[in-house]
Amino acid sequence: MFKWLHPLAKPETVYHLCGKLYPWLMFAAIALLALGNIWGLAFTPPDYQQGDSYRIIHIHVPSAIMSMGTYSAMAIAAFVALVWQVKVAQWSVLAIAPIGAVYTAIALITGMAWGKPMWGTWWVWDARLTSELILLFLYLGVIALSGAFSDRQTGAKAASLLAIVGVINLPIIHFSVEWWNTLHQGASITKFAKPSIDPSMLWPLLISILAFKVLMLALTCLRLRTAILVNEQHRPWVKALAGER
Amino acid sequence: MVMRQFLQRELRLLARQKADWLNPLLFFVIVLSLFPLGVGPEPNLLRLMAPGIVWIAALLSVLLAAERLFKDDYRNGVVEQLVATRQPLLSYVLAKILANWLSTGLPLVILSPVVALLLNVNQASFVAMILTLLLGTPLLSLLSVMGAALTVSADKGGILLALLILPLYIPLLIFASAAVEAASMVMPYHGQLAIMLAMLLFALALIPMAVISALKLNVS
Amino acid sequence: MINPSTFPVSANQLLLRADAVSCIRQDRVLFEQLCLSVEPGDMLHIAGKNGAGKSSLLRLLAGLAQPDDGIVLYREKPLHDVISDYAANLCYIGHHSGIHEQLTALENLSFWRAASGVAPADDFALLAKLGLAGLEDIPCRMLSAGQQRRVSLARLWFTPCQLWILDEPFTALDQSAITLLQQHFLQHLLKGGSVILTTHQSLSLDYARLTTMEIAYRW
Repeated sequence: MFKWLHPLAKPETVYHLCGKLYPWLMFAAIALLALGNIWGLAFTPPDYQQGDSYRIIHIHVPSAIMSMGTYSAMAIAAFVALVWQVKVAQWSVLAIAPIGAVYTAIALITGMAWGKPMWGTWWVWDARLTSELILLFLYLGVIALSGAFSDRQTGAKAASLLAIVGVINLPIIHFSVEWWNTLHQGASITKFAKPSIDPSMLWPLLISILAFKVLMLALTCLRLRTAILVNEQHRPWVKALAGER
Repeated sequence: MVMRQFLQRELRLLARQKADWLNPLLFFVIVLSLFPLGVGPEPNLLRLMAPGIVWIAALLSVLLAAERLFKDDYRNGVVEQLVATRQPLLSYVLAKILANWLSTGLPLVILSPVVALLLNVNQASFVAMILTLLLGTPLLSLLSVMGAALTVSADKGGILLALLILPLYIPLLIFASAAVEAASMVMPYHGQLAIMLAMLLFALALIPMAVISALKLNVS
Repeated sequence: MINPSTFPVSANQLLLRADAVSCIRQDRVLFEQLCLSVEPGDMLHIAGKNGAGKSSLLRLLAGLAQPDDGIVLYREKPLHDVISDYAANLCYIGHHSGIHEQLTALENLSFWRAASGVAPADDFALLAKLGLAGLEDIPCRMLSAGQQRRVSLARLWFTPCQLWILDEPFTALDQSAITLLQQHFLQHLLKGGSVILTTHQSLSLDYARLTTMEIAYRW
């Protein structure tokens, strides 16, 4: 059934595919980012409750959503890597992980930047921020584990296994933190959720989310190409490629 | 049958290397004692913080014991040669988990009266504390065996293991300390215990296989 | 001449075959396009300098690692499709001893009996045969390196497996032990078993079907 996917297990095929996709994805990402951010940051009306400071949701919400989306993508790659023993998938896990970590960091920093005018304090232990922080630890764990072995392949495999263990835990962690937050009556007065947003604010937000997703794909293409070259350096096709330059 | 022999081997090894399990227990008591020194001996404050303190100290103590879990067998080639033999791997892993809980988790339950004494825990919370320890320490053993298996051939295994386990441990920490806290306010806590039991059963179903995968990739 | 035996793979069938396998470790190509085959009764000696990749080859053949290229076949089926059958017919003793130094020789042997699915038994006679009489009940850390190696190799006297893959089995052994082990190999081969090993020792006895494969050291 998955015959058409088989060529994707070959590193050389993936290398060339990513090479073709990358310019388009990057162009689209920059265009969407520009559109979403300029529209959201400059042209939408100010929120009647929060004034102008809410505008940071155009960066905060997309990065938060994509931090979790990226983890799912990483976990899918890890699953493929471990079940079908596909090396390219292992390298994808390591390619995606830092991107996700940076998105999570952006979500945290912009969350803090939003929080300061809202609650007067930089950090508050609300459900969303706490979950993002734990997600950052999960990402950092995957990255740290991959680098802890003298053999690179073992590191890639171990990181893939950890990514899967993490993804199974993610819903449990989310649920626990939500529950913990309600228990302790935290400062969850802010509405980080998007459904209650006016349509004029919704469109730039959606565009930004898409922008972050496309950017993730573009950067993954770039990083994966590098990883393929490093790991396959002994193959004739890589040597031929290097010889051409 | 094989499981029983493997368990016997693990217990024998623990009996001959007592530091492996006595040190973590001592560490547990020391960490517990450090908290009053750090935050002040006010009885009500300690009673409030007791659930969190116990579970953090339990985590640190189990993490300390975790590093030795596969180290010797890996170094001696036992892990590698068992993986080549394939079939006894599940019994081996289950024996490790059970031995780890018996030597590191169960003693924490037994030590809980000491905890209650040091942190001024009242009677209602004490029962809750024992129950949460009974349900939570096996889960802690499962997680630490998972972490140890992942990092067995890694260069800086010990700290890395702690880093990896911590996020996975958070749900347990939340529900266990919430249960004890609810008990101290004389409120029902069956819900929290039920969730802990669910997490334990879930982990019991999935983690042994993950541990086997981790061992296999570490010897490849 | 090979006597009829109770091993799963009978004479003139292919036991193990490696087809164009290559191995890359830490960005070094250890070997590529390597082919070998083992039939019941064969002894295969993998030779090469230190660091040439002999241990890596053995681990590949034992199913511990996947080759970076090529395929290993057990009874003409891909190894990882039939891994449990293969593992049940394989006794792999790697570079490390596989014994825990805090356990006694008897305890280590009963561990390996259990792990191999062999019935528990009294190993005093076996240990005596291996020159360890009187040392059965002390922790192995008190034994010398050569004595520990004998405990480690004792498995070969009760394992039901047909294929033995051994990495440097003669390490630290004295001449009498080496002779004993080689005689045991000979008996195993006559019964229809096979041995793949690496060693820097010269194999002294005349084996009927000994093949030596040299792995070139590539930097």
